[in-house]
Amino acid sequence: MRVQESYPVDVDAIRADFPILQRKVGGDISTPGEHDDDDTPLVYLDNAATSHTPEQVVDAIIDYYHGYNSNVHRGIHHLSQEASVAYENAHDRVAEFIGASGGREEVVFTKNTTESMNLVAYAWGLDELGPGDSVVMTEMEHHASLVTWQQIAKKTGAEVRYIRVDDDGRLDMEHAKELIDDSTKMVSVVHVSNTLGTVNPVSELADMAHEVGAYAFVDGAQSVPTRPVDVEDIDADFFAFSGHKMCGPTGIGALYGKRDILEEMQPYLYGGEMIRSVTYEDSTWEDLPWKFEAGTPPIAQGVGFAAAVDYLDDIGMENVQAHEELLAEYAYDRLGEFDDIEIYGPPGDDRGGLVAFNLDSVHAHDLSSILNEQGVAIRAGDHCTQPLHDKLGAAASTRASFYIYNTREEVDALIDAIDAARELFA
Amino acid sequence: MGIGSDMYRQQIMDHYKNPRNHGRLESPTFTHTGENPSCGDTITMDVQLADDGETIERVAFSGDGCAISQASASMLTQRLPGTTLSELEAMDTDDITEMLGVDISPMRIKCAVLARQVAQDGAKIHDGEIEIEQTKTEDGDD
Ligand SMILES: Cc1ncc(COP(=O)(O)O)c(C=O)c1O
Repeated sequence: MRVQESYPVDVDAIRADFPILQRKVGGDISTPGEHDDDDTPLVYLDNAATSHTPEQVVDAIIDYYHGYNSNVHRGIHHLSQEASVAYENAHDRVAEFIGASGGREEVVFTKNTTESMNLVAYAWGLDELGPGDSVVMTEMEHHASLVTWQQIAKKTGAEVRYIRVDDDGRLDMEHAKELIDDSTKMVSVVHVSNTLGTVNPVSELADMAHEVGAYAFVDGAQSVPTRPVDVEDIDADFFAFSGHKMCGPTGIGALYGKRDILEEMQPYLYGGEMIRSVTYEDSTWEDLPWKFEAGTPPIAQGVGFAAAVDYLDDIGMENVQAHEELLAEYAYDRLGEFDDIEIYGPPGDDRGGLVAFNLDSVHAHDLSSILNEQGVAIRAGDHCTQPLHDKLGAAASTRASFYIYNTREEVDALIDAIDAARELFA
Repeated sequence: MGIGSDMYRQQIMDHYKNPRNHGRLESPTFTHTGENPSCGDTITMDVQLADDGETIERVAFSGDGCAISQASASMLTQRLPGTTLSELEAMDTDDITEMLGVDISPMRIKCAVLARQVAQDGAKIHDGEIEIEQTKTEDGDD
């Protein structure tokens, strides 16, 4: 019962579901899958980049390939029908997970958050934006939205605006009020910052968008995996996230969109699966969400995505959030013990489960290389928030990010490894 | 750890902490600057040629960045004098890892080769082969 007393989730039981956490690292990397020469235990703290995949999800994917692998919506044969039911149900399951009452019609499967963003930018933005219009983002936007809207704005003549981030790493909501005005057609904001860990008031921002008749697009890549999310409570018009950051496989993500908006939008990709009827002259489109899923979709990944959502629901997203917050606060406090460490973003008791920082004397890339030599996997770089790093005055930072299987001992291992780097560079 | 580190062997740390030929030359034949946009590593190489216009006589570097990029630049300033521009041109990544004497992990190669790239581009600009303001290594970081 020790574990249940000290953590909001049963970490030991969860770790047993993730065989990869048992492996060692440090050997030859040119032979992926062969681990004979690895000798350093893995401490995986790069979960904001991608999470690991539990056996239950891998099993669901194996069951699909072994049991009912087939193309969907095409065959009348038995396998195709089973695959179609599973793939369609996966949409409903993911919709339920994020509180989308419209079910599958409001959830489009995409490759990832980035593609979800591009889908709206191309299918809606290219048609609807023009000179005199503005898209409002935040200074802490991930490149997935920042670059996408920036480039669509260039194509359409629209203007992009960025809500200021204050010294504590929070959004300046007064500035938001100034920026969101009658010219604004889209407010695209990140829910949980993948660099600062800030949890943004997205519901308030959505209200501000709606007051001026704009849409609100929430980038939920870091929020859906780590906390309960209800897109209808937020009142987001669009919401994007990735399966691979929430125990699911790579190659699948989702775009939530309010049904009436998705219905008005034109397709983004054309081809098979998304059409109702085709002549040499013209075509008509399938119903939602298939209108936006051209070509053979990621069927196994969709099945795995639904299994990932089942897995997280079994743990309970409130518990996932509590565990994330516990580790974030612990890491914030431990890193905060050192005068030569600068931590970015809001205080430890008010952030998502990640901490980005810099060590005075050691470049982030040197630090991550040295941590890697000790088995500690963290991220160094700009984490796809280059303009934010420019603003922070740091070319790069080091980021530790946590998930349901991480422990305080792993945070301690990070601190010890940082000590070693400090010593080496002294 | 110290001695246990694979990439940060004594030689690298020594060049990083006590960079050789660090600073600027008084009258370089050519000067060039480059950066790794994602890491923020920057390096300026000053190169002075002998009267034959082909043999490298002196090299100095200045810059800022990770230990691998700066140590690599420092070592290069010792390595290049006495070689010719065409020998510089022929230097490849293997030559750099050999010079560093450690295995550089794939993600860090661009740090290791920045100085060489800057020197090579500087030479090409000097020869009128290319026209660029600055060397930028590919942004492989996400
Ligand atoms: C906040 C945020 N938005 C978007 C993305 C992009 O996700 P993906 O690479 O899965 O498209 C990420 C992760 O990399 C992220 O952290």
